[in-house]
Amino acid sequence: MAKTALQFRHNSSDVAIFVDGGTNLLVALRELIGDMTPKFGCGQGGCGTCSVLIDGELHLSCLTLAETVAGRSVETLDSLKQGPNLHPLQRAFAENFAAQCGYCTPGMLMAAKALLDRNPSPSRAEVVEAISGNICRCTGYEPIINAILAASGDRASA
Amino acid sequence: MTVTVKTFTSSSEAAAALSSDRNARYLGGGTLVMRALNEGDISLSTVVRANDQALTRIDPSGPRITLGAGVTFARILGERDLAFLHAPARSIGGPAVRNMGTVGGNLFAPNPYGDFTVALLALDATVALQGGFGSRDIPIEEFLQSRERQAGTLVLSVSCTRPTSAEAFHYRKIARIKPKGGSVITLAAHLPISGGRIAGARIALGSMAPTQIRARAAERALEGRSLDAATVEAAAAAAAEGTSPSDNALSSAWYRREIVGVHLRRLLLGQE
Ligand SMILES: Cc1cc2nc3c(=O)[nH]c(=O)nc-3n(C[C@H](O)[C@H](O)[C@H](O)COP(=O)(O)OP(=O)(O)OC[C@H]3O[C@@H](n4cnc5c(N)ncnc54)[C@H](O)[C@@H]3O)c2cc1C
Ligand code: FES
Ligand code: FES
Repeated sequence: MAKTALQFRHNSSDVAIFVDGGTNLLVALRELIGDMTPKFGCGQGGCGTCSVLIDGELHLSCLTLAETVAGRSVETLDSLKQGPNLHPLQRAFAENFAAQCGYCTPGMLMAAKALLDRNPSPSRAEVVEAISGNICRCTGYEPIINAILAASGDRASA
Repeated sequence: MTVTVKTFTSSSEAAAALSSDRNARYLGGGTLVMRALNEGDISLSTVVRANDQALTRIDPSGPRITLGAGVTFARILGERDLAFLHAPARSIGGPAVRNMGTVGGNLFAPNPYGDFTVALLALDATVALQGGFGSRDIPIEEFLQSRERQAGTLVLSVSCTRPTSAEAFHYRKIARIKPKGGSVITLAAHLPISGGRIAGARIALGSMAPTQIRARAAERALEGRSLDAATVEAAAAAAAEGTSPSDNALSSAWYRREIVGVHLRRLLLGQE
């Protein structure tokens, strides 16, 4: 079957790929672009580890038809690194033991970034709501919530 | 799974493509269609998309509001004039699902989904459809009763009259997991009051039948009365009448029948 040409902004670069009909954005990012930071957990929308930002909004890449991001901006966890420095959210996750096995972490960080980009000093309830589409089987969530609150404090004082 | 994706700039072209191919499915936000594709659903060979601006239009002001089928729940939450729809919009998924999922897709979402549609049913919404041969408006209740046969028609928009007052409209989704989780039951009630009495009661239930339904016996118990404890009790006692819930992972049918009256009572009395 014919492939479709697709161009979009991936983090700070413009990319062009050819996708098969029906390819989801997660597969496009991992297999065609080689960005392994969004993870595959379920392919069903249930776990959130594939979360990315599309034009700044949190989306599940496994449920996004790749073609729908033509001309748009897709940010993945890979965009958080700034040279050798950790992003304030990554540092807060490390300091608060918010990652154990780490499988949920890419999605948690993107959900947290989507929240803080819009609401730099969220309440605890707002943090809980912001990560409510992301499942963590290890931490019991508390360290993740604390990490996001700590990172928001950092930003507020910065 | 590889499928053919057809993208159109006008909704009428998309509707024509949908109606001419039994294995075509329209892609709204894709939260259910992409799931089916990822699972390898072989009934699906063509995905139809429309980039028509009209599908994402919101007309939030005035007594009658219109939501394009492609409007997401996140956008509804961003409209101050649509405050009466915020509780149903907020009850859906997590933030990513609300950024993706649409009003049109919700009309087709099977149990335990379709929460927003419960609210629209209580509000007596009208669904604007575009088939292969022109467009028509039908009441949402009729749409839901014939939903199986609507495959191949494109929903353009839904519209409804604003509730007479904020206190006249009630919505609640009962879920086991908070703040996010599938519906055990979902309830919505529109109870306009005229001269101290309920006039035009509509109660809608989700997860109590194969599609969202009205609780007509409960409506009858409310109609023409004042909303006092005795009336609410009578409506609660009649809530399960005419329902046909199923067992699923979230709850048994028996449990749903047992609790629907309890939750209707709490909803109408504004109790937690
Ligand atoms: C993790 C997760 C959590 C969820 N939680 C909830 C929840 O709490 N409550 C809830 O109600 N739902 C929930 N859903 C289900 C779903 O996201 C919503 O019901 C949503 O509204 C579906 O809309 P969509 O645009 O994504 O649908 P799509 O997947 O695009 O479409 C769904 C169906 O509707 C048809 N369709 C879509 N738009 C049109 C149109 N304009 N005309 C004709 N046919 C159309 C499609 O062909 C398809 O058959 C959840 C889904 C996931 C993945
Ligand atoms: S892989 Fe996308 S939500 Fe689980
Ligand atoms: S750290 Fe293991 S799933 Fe969250």
